[in-house]
Amino acid sequence: MSSTFDQVATIIAETCDIPRDTITPDSHAIDDLGIDSLDFLDIAFAIDKAFGIKLPLEKWTQEVNDGKATTEQYFVLKNLCTRIDELVAAKSAGAGAGT
Amino acid sequence: MHLDYFQLIDRILDLNMDEKTIAVEAQVPKESTIFEGHFPGYPIMPGVLLIETMAQASGWLVLSLLKFERMPFLAAVKEAKMRGFVRPGEVLTVEAKLVHEGSGYAITDARIKVGSKLRCNSTIMLTHVPFPDPALRGHMDAVAKRIGFPQQALLP
Repeated sequence: MSSTFDQVATIIAETCDIPRDTITPDSHAIDDLGIDSLDFLDIAFAIDKAFGIKLPLEKWTQEVNDGKATTEQYFVLKNLCTRIDELVAAKSAGAGAGT
Repeated sequence: MHLDYFQLIDRILDLNMDEKTIAVEAQVPKESTIFEGHFPGYPIMPGVLLIETMAQASGWLVLSLLKFERMPFLAAVKEAKMRGFVRPGEVLTVEAKLVHEGSGYAITDARIKVGSKLRCNSTIMLTHVPFPDPALRGHMDAVAKRIGFPQQALLP
């Protein structure tokens, strides 16, 4: 089973036509990989589908715009993958509740 | 279709909030200056206008699902296929189905039929934001009334 990072890196490579070997856990999706907001929507769609979650892009963007978070917290890939793992875990916990 | 005003949807035929689908009707004008250039002696509806028609149908679906609280805007068109010509005067049935509801965006599969024949289809991505201007919200309310938007669909 591939890691979250491997899956996300593959999604980014395929969605944005970026060489897979240039994508590292420390890559910043915007600053290093040059992914713009529209391309990131495609990536978010693919991540949502692959992991069965809903990336809260609007909330993240608002936090960055309000100065409550930095883009690094959400768009450096290792941090993005941590968020994805948290969302997957929260979804699993929610699905298990009451069963 | 009101081509001059880029309002391409004439009437909502069906809106299913549970299934997240919409069907609308749009009649291509019998005459338009567009057909004088596209093409002389062989008038057909431009593909970009068919794509816009699918986007507008998708927009009404998303606007409905968002309870008219946010305005959808076209962001991306994927895999658009023009499968047959659409001629002046033809009545189009435009169908759209929500396939993904993301954070600040939505994706639909849309298609246009004339009778039972599929003429084009596409996947449409729309972003949505709070209404940027009250005038736009008022305009959408007015258009909703004109095209027979089923207000009961917004009831809880």
